[in-house]
Amino acid sequence: MSLQTMINTMAGGMLRTMGIFFLTLIGSLPLGLVVMFLEKRKNKVVSGITKVFISIIRGTPLMLQLLVWYFGPYYLFHISIRGYRFPAILIGFIVNYACYFAEIYRGGVESMPIGQYEAAEVLGYTKAQTFIRIILPQVVKRILPSITNEVITLVKDTSLAFTLAYSEVFSLAKQISASETSFMPFLIAGVFYFVFNYAVAFVMARIEKSMQYYR
Amino acid sequence: MILEMKNIKKNFGSLEVLHDISFSVDNGEVISIIGPSGSGKSTLLRSATFLERIDSGSISYMDEEAVSTGEDGKAHYISKAELREVKNFFGLVFQQFNLFPHKTVFQNITEAPIIIQKRDKETVKKEAIELLRKMGLEDKKDSYPCQLSGGQQQRVAIARALAMKPDILFFDEPTSALDPELTIEVLKIIKSLAEEKMTMVIVTHEMNFARAVSNRVIFMDGGYIIEEGDPESVFGNPKMERTKQFLRSYEE
Ligand SMILES: Nc1ncnc2c1ncn2[C@@H]1O[C@H](COP(=O)(O)OP(=O)(O)O)[C@@H](O)[C@H]1O
Ligand SMILES: [Mg+2]
Repeated sequence: MSLQTMINTMAGGMLRTMGIFFLTLIGSLPLGLVVMFLEKRKNKVVSGITKVFISIIRGTPLMLQLLVWYFGPYYLFHISIRGYRFPAILIGFIVNYACYFAEIYRGGVESMPIGQYEAAEVLGYTKAQTFIRIILPQVVKRILPSITNEVITLVKDTSLAFTLAYSEVFSLAKQISASETSFMPFLIAGVFYFVFNYAVAFVMARIEKSMQYYR
Repeated sequence: MILEMKNIKKNFGSLEVLHDISFSVDNGEVISIIGPSGSGKSTLLRSATFLERIDSGSISYMDEEAVSTGEDGKAHYISKAELREVKNFFGLVFQQFNLFPHKTVFQNITEAPIIIQKRDKETVKKEAIELLRKMGLEDKKDSYPCQLSGGQQQRVAIARALAMKPDILFFDEPTSALDPELTIEVLKIIKSLAEEKMTMVIVTHEMNFARAVSNRVIFMDGGYIIEEGDPESVFGNPKMERTKQFLRSYEE
C-alpha cells in the first residue's frame, strides 16, 4: 500500500472520528442540561436515581459502557438490531459525556450568586425566563474552561470506538499497521488527532475570548 | 393605600424574626426604616417584595390582597402568576445592586419592561434614555456593569427599577456597599425622587439623610417596630429609651 493510499484511507477514518466527535457534542451538551435538571429536582426519588446513574457512568470505563450499550440488548432481551453498531457508539458517548457535562453545569449554576435570581424574581421573571435569560448565559461563561477540557478529552476518547470495531481513524491505523507491517499508520493517526485537537482548542479559545466582554 | 401589611409574622426555623408587625404606606410617602443590624429590616422588605414567605399576616398592594391569613392562622399566597402581576406595583433596590453583568446598562434597564411587561419597545427605549439622563449616566448606555463605579451601578439599578413604573420603590441599604463620595451621588438621586413624590421605603443607616428626606421614620429593634413618627419627633425627641440609645450610638 502506498503512503498516499494509506493517508487517503485514514482520512476517511478521520471523517468518521469527526462524526463521532460532533454528534456526541450535539447530543450531550443539551442532554447534560436535562440530566442536571433531573439531578436538581426537589423530588428525592428522581434526583437520587439521577445521582446514582451519574456516579455509575462516571465511575466505569467508557469502553465498558460501549460494550454494554452494544451487546446489552442482545444478552438482556435477546433482540438483535441490524445496523446498531454506530447508534450504540453514539448512545455510549452521548450518555457518558452528558453526565460529565451535567456535573459541570451543576457546579456553574450553584456558583451563581443568589442576588441574580432575586433581582430577576422581583422584576417578575418566571423561573424559566430567569434561567434562560439571566443564569444560563453567565453559567456558560463560567464553565467554558471546564467544557474545553472535556471537549479535548473527547477528541482522544473517540478512539474508543475501536472497541466496537468501528472504522474510525484509530481502528484503521491498527488494521493497516497489522496488514502492512508498518508503523506509519500510527504516525499518520497521531498527526490527524493532533491537528484536529489543535483546531478544536483554537475554536474553544476563540469562544472563550468572545465572552470576555464583561467581568 | 399603596401597601398594607398587617400582623406580619416571620420565622426562620425556630427563630421569630418579625413579631406581629403592621405597616402601611400611603401614596407619596417617603418612609425611612432605621435600626440596629439583625433587627429584621431586610426581612420586612423581603417579605413585602415576596422574596421571603411570611408565616402569617396579610399583604395588600393597591387594595389587592396578595397574602391573607385565614382561620388556620397560616398565610395564603395568591398563585405565582397572580403574584407576578402584583410585582408590577413595586420595585426593589438591593444593597449589592444585583445588576445583570452580561447585559449592557441599557439592556439591564429595558429588558424587563419589554419582555416581562410586554410594553412597546420604542416607548420603553425612549423612557430608558430619559431615565439614564436623569441618573446622569447618558454616556454609560452601552457600558457593562463591571465598567462602572459602585455609585454608577446603584444608579443603574435604580433606573432599572423605575423603568418598570412601580407605584412604590423599596431600598435595602442602597449605599452601604459604597464609599462616602459615591454614597452622596446615590442619595442625591433618591432625594430628587422624593421631590417628585415617588413613594419610597428606605432602609438606611444614613441618619442625616433619613431625617432630611422622609415624611415618616420607623425604628425597628428585635423584630418589633419600637417607635415611628415624623423625622423631627423620632430624631429630635425620641420617646423610647431604646431609640435614644440607638441614635446616641450614631452621634460619635
Ligand atoms: N435566611 C435566613 N435564615 C436564617 N436566619 C435569617 C435569615 N435571614 C435573616 N435571618 C435572621 O433574621 C434576623 C433579622 O435579619 P435581617 O432582616 O437581615 O436584619 P437587618 O436587615 O435589620 O439587619 C437576624 O437575626 C438574622 O440573623
Ligand atoms: Mg439588612
